[in-house]
Amino acid sequence: MAALSEEQSLIRDQAKSWVSEKAPVRKFREMRDARIGQAYAPEAFSAMVDMGWTGILVPEAYGGSDLGYLTFGLILEELGRQLTASPLLASGLVGTSAILLGGNEEQKQAWLPNLVDGSAILTLAVDEGPRHAPEKTALAASASGDGFVLDGSKVGVLEGMAATAFVVAARTSGEPGSDQGISLFLVPADAKGVTRSARVTADSRGYADVTFAKVEIGSDALLGSLDEGFELLDTLLDRGRAGLAAEMLGIAGGAFAMTLDYLKTRKQFGRVIGSFQALGHRAADMYSGMELARSCVEAALAAIDADAGNVAELCSLAKCKMGDHLHLVSNELIQMHGGIGMTDEYDAGFYLKRARAMETIYGNQAFHRERYARLLGY
Amino acid sequence: MRTTQGIREHRERVMTATATRTDQGSDIEAFRADVRSWLADNFPSALQGVPPAMEGASEGKHAADMERWRERLAERGWGAPHWPQVYGGAGLDHAHVRVLAQEMGRAGAINPIPMLAGMGVTMVGPTILEYGTEEQKQRHLPGIASGKVRWCLGLSEPNAGSDLASLGTVAEDRGDHFVVNGQKIWTSGADISQWCGALVRTDKSVAKHKGISFLMLPMDQSGVRTRPIRLISGASPFCETFFDDARAEKDDLLGELNDGWNVIKRLLQHERASQTSAAGPGGRQKPEGLHDIAKRYVGVDTSGRLDDPDLRARLTQHLMDAAAHKLTAERIAAEARGNPEVSAAASIMKNSATGISQARSELMLEIMGQQGLGWEGDVFAADELSTVREWLWGKAISIYGGSAEVQKNIISKNILGLPETTQKG
Repeated sequence: MAALSEEQSLIRDQAKSWVSEKAPVRKFREMRDARIGQAYAPEAFSAMVDMGWTGILVPEAYGGSDLGYLTFGLILEELGRQLTASPLLASGLVGTSAILLGGNEEQKQAWLPNLVDGSAILTLAVDEGPRHAPEKTALAASASGDGFVLDGSKVGVLEGMAATAFVVAARTSGEPGSDQGISLFLVPADAKGVTRSARVTADSRGYADVTFAKVEIGSDALLGSLDEGFELLDTLLDRGRAGLAAEMLGIAGGAFAMTLDYLKTRKQFGRVIGSFQALGHRAADMYSGMELARSCVEAALAAIDADAGNVAELCSLAKCKMGDHLHLVSNELIQMHGGIGMTDEYDAGFYLKRARAMETIYGNQAFHRERYARLLGY
Repeated sequence: MRTTQGIREHRERVMTATATRTDQGSDIEAFRADVRSWLADNFPSALQGVPPAMEGASEGKHAADMERWRERLAERGWGAPHWPQVYGGAGLDHAHVRVLAQEMGRAGAINPIPMLAGMGVTMVGPTILEYGTEEQKQRHLPGIASGKVRWCLGLSEPNAGSDLASLGTVAEDRGDHFVVNGQKIWTSGADISQWCGALVRTDKSVAKHKGISFLMLPMDQSGVRTRPIRLISGASPFCETFFDDARAEKDDLLGELNDGWNVIKRLLQHERASQTSAAGPGGRQKPEGLHDIAKRYVGVDTSGRLDDPDLRARLTQHLMDAAAHKLTAERIAAEARGNPEVSAAASIMKNSATGISQARSELMLEIMGQQGLGWEGDVFAADELSTVREWLWGKAISIYGGSAEVQKNIISKNILGLPETTQKG
């Protein structure tokens, strides 16, 4: 754990106790069983809004508390621990960051207060194929009158069914594959021509495939500069990646705590299975991996707060190391639990399924290793 | 439940609190300026980047400079700067020690004293500070802190390696002194040390951990004989050490009689803490990055990528591991606030550092191809030859100081609280 300020400790403790009292993994199970449409409990998100969590990144002038990404990460970690479902990451972090990074003064005033009070849910629509590849954006935005017309589709949009609006990565010039010619647009979910369908995934969370058919938007919908939106998109994605990594830290922590508890209580061959060295050493590896991954995640979040020069490098490092670690821990969770880990009645499976989703979103480990190598210049 | 309003009010209090912290900052900066000007006046520029030879400063063309540099460092207590001044240190806290290290690094100055003192500064000294009597501290610590007295450690025996507690070297109580008989192995620098910290059995009638004591033995006596061991790397940093009616005085016992296992556990924590740098087996960070070396040997494709995708992916994994390790070391230091030397994380960091260091050596060898196989001769560059030796020597680091497997036992039992392997549940 980073050397936290007293304030950060308070926020983390608040998140920890709220999550374990009001939104434990049992609630997630109830939601999964009820198959509710937006894939999170609206009252849980309202409670988060009331606690000020949606305002953590937002300057006080727009109704937030401006406490920064490291603080936000502490909350996400606690949510991850119990798999608490909400659009806090998709909208409170990614959508909000989009406005903070790319919005002009009018856009900030129009969006930030609504994001803070939870009336707006703004999420990023970026991927168009099965693999994360933002430079391959093909969804077309063509100039028309004094606005644009969007044509194309996006897949796997986080909390896409609940979103009231999307940040859409679109191609305004050039060819898919080029990082030139990409622009970002703010598109209301109820705009004419926008249709969405729920994507039913193994992790039982909210995703949508969204189609934009001749969607007309005004010039004020442009976020950042025309044709030169890739840098903004990449910076935005990095913030999302750091946030994902923070939540993954909690998921891995929760999975490891379950595993360790099981190792200390399950008996076979007349002894507690944690006394077997073959398991003890693997537990030691997981613990060590967690400490190393945590350092990367906290460094990435702190670098964003400090506006450091190596944010991109650290975010890829964090997402990749955290992804590798969560991958290992989620598999060991099932293996060390044996048969009971395979049953739906037990929570282990939820963690495994969520782990793979989190690894995939905004670039898996291979994506970030490739990016890291490019950033280092080899 | 706190709201944003509450958070905001709290923040104002926190900000007032941080204002006091900046005072410390100015003290640090004054110290930095002092170190910088002292180095300019006292560090012999001929020694820039020159590491002290393993056998000490008495040989080679830099001998006179090295001895002068050692003396000046010792005068300021900067050989072991975090030790109290009365014992030859400078009484600096962690923040000041770090500034000192940063400034020495900037000037290309290497502190030779920890190397000259053998195991003295890193392990024996901190343990004496903790367990020694006042008389023992005054007798032993200044010699170590000045780099004039070298210590070795007599721990492992031919039949007591990872299972250290089964050691058989015996110390017999002869009234006013002990007589020691037995054999130690892997004693680093025993042939050039003046003192040895040795684990000896003082009670055979109790459980193996409970009859062990820690003795401090002078090496210059007829009952002590050493023989260097040649390693696979060709170097001989270790000895076998034979005790044949060797003598130790009663007041050379460190800690209580039969409490040596606790003394050594603490000493080994200091050892782990000193081994957690992932800079490589020699403790020096190579100035050229591994990926640059790879580009030089392997070449790049038209888009500037290393021309071996498989190597490139594994190299990235390694560089990420090294970055994670470095960030973790920084995090531990920040969390420990002033007590960075010994923490529960020592086992994690030892395994991480050794794994990274060994992986680096393997990658270096692979990158160099045929050039990474040399033993001697002109067809190999000096750094190619040293790569091979470091690769071989590096195999030792996951064995000594508690093997990688022993560290995992420590993590699983002591940190995670998993039950003993032998325990029936």
